[in-house]
Amino acid sequence: MKLNNLDMDLLNSVAGMHGIPKGAVNIRRDGEAVIRQSSSNIILSSLTGNKPGLKVEIKPGTRNETVHVPVILTQPGFQDKVYNTFIVGEDADATIIAGCGIHNNSHASSRHDGIHEIIIRRGARLKYIEKHYGEGGEKAQNILNPTTIITVEKGAVAELEMVQIKGVDDTIRSTKAYVHEKGNLKIVERLLTQGEQRAESDIEIYIEGDGGAAQVLSRSVAQENSYQLFRAALIGKTACLGHVECDAIIMDNARIKSIPELMAEDAEAVLTHEAAIGKIAGEQLIKLMSLGLTEKEAVDAILEGFLK
Amino acid sequence: MLKLENIWMQISNGNGENKEILKGINLEFEQGKLYAITGPNGGGKTSLAKVIMGIYQHSQGSIYLHGEEIGDLSVTERARKGIAYAFQQPPRFKGLTIKDMLNIAAPQAESMQYRKYLRDVGLCPEDYLDRDLGPGLSGGEIKRIEMAQLLMRDTALAIFDEPEAGVDLWTIQKLIGLIVTSYRNNPAKTAIVITHNEKILPICDEVIVLEEGTVAGRGTPSDIWHLIKDDIECKVRNKCQGEVTYEIK
Repeated sequence: MKLNNLDMDLLNSVAGMHGIPKGAVNIRRDGEAVIRQSSSNIILSSLTGNKPGLKVEIKPGTRNETVHVPVILTQPGFQDKVYNTFIVGEDADATIIAGCGIHNNSHASSRHDGIHEIIIRRGARLKYIEKHYGEGGEKAQNILNPTTIITVEKGAVAELEMVQIKGVDDTIRSTKAYVHEKGNLKIVERLLTQGEQRAESDIEIYIEGDGGAAQVLSRSVAQENSYQLFRAALIGKTACLGHVECDAIIMDNARIKSIPELMAEDAEAVLTHEAAIGKIAGEQLIKLMSLGLTEKEAVDAILEGFLK
Repeated sequence: MLKLENIWMQISNGNGENKEILKGINLEFEQGKLYAITGPNGGGKTSLAKVIMGIYQHSQGSIYLHGEEIGDLSVTERARKGIAYAFQQPPRFKGLTIKDMLNIAAPQAESMQYRKYLRDVGLCPEDYLDRDLGPGLSGGEIKRIEMAQLLMRDTALAIFDEPEAGVDLWTIQKLIGLIVTSYRNNPAKTAIVITHNEKILPICDEVIVLEEGTVAGRGTPSDIWHLIKDDIECKVRNKCQGEVTYEIK
């Protein structure tokens, strides 16, 4: 199946792809897998049953391998729903590059609902990167609703980076995680909303094993009339460490609601949170202008750094 | 190269009244000279520096740079005309690294130069270049980075606002050395150092004392230093006695 320039541009935006990478790849376009290749250590197959989707199995002991599994929607008004399961085998060390890009030049809504289950087996390490991106006409509606369920088994380490920077009009992101003994989970979210866009993120992490740790870092910028809701709940059920940090820059007529939530069910659980919402500090602007930037260049530099 | 003519500046005191911070300042700074501005807290030193940089607006008077009136120019325009200002309390930035800031300060510079200037201010480039310019840095580290930015910009006029504040004793000596190397006897440049540090005053060609928004004295470091010492003693004595009568000549 040949990919056209539009497809490649979208793939570049969400997964940094300039061509078809070597190794394991699955590219889903408008509801169909147009390219699928496994590697010797990462096996890709269709999910069986009545739920359309992909199963990615990373063999135990795999070292430093990457699998690309981006989704693109190019048919105007296309509605896509997919179920993906990722299993990272014991002591493996791998990176998953996911993400969804929508090109929608119509007045209709294009929508992708991705339901992901990620299991990181004992002692494994995973880096998971998911970028969301939309483009198209002014009246188009690009909607992305990811649901992610993560299990971090004993001694496993997972870092999830979720980025949504441009062109997504409506998103409801739901993330639920279970961290077992000595497991470690870090979730980093970066979000920019503009115009009339709405974005909601609801994260719930259950730290269930002794010595488990979880960290949520959220950086977001809301511009114009956009709205953001961020809720991150840490539930410490054992002797564990957890931290939530959400920083937001608010501009124009935007609205942001930020709700960090902690619940300890064990006297040895140490859970902390920080939350801040504010505009760009005037002294930061002046400092950058004193280095020769215009006010707009200074704003852009601050936002770019904040969301980097 | 820089001329301030009858500069007045006022701020609102919050009660609907204005307070004069600068009261008719007349000063001229020559090219190739290193100046210190000192004086009691609240005397208008930082305000004057910020008026020169365009951060504060003056209510009366004129500012000339190389003969051109720059009083209506923005901060950006003044920066582009060759004025650099190292803040007394530089702001922090979440997400911007030290390398990012040095790149903004001197976009043409190469990474070797970033390393050189960081080393010059006593910071190891390998440890600092990729660090966030955020809350993880101490006040002294931030000041040194501020100094590195200003030196990298290599402008015709540089204003250092209390470069010694928050910096350890070992590094102050290093920073003084940098100011001397870069600005003393450099015919192309002018530097103004706002300072309370008695080691910085003697390296300057001229010292200006600002007090209550006016120029209370001006002269060589040795001329001024004993007057400042006498002034401090006199003020303390007189304030304790409930009267302030001292006048600097």
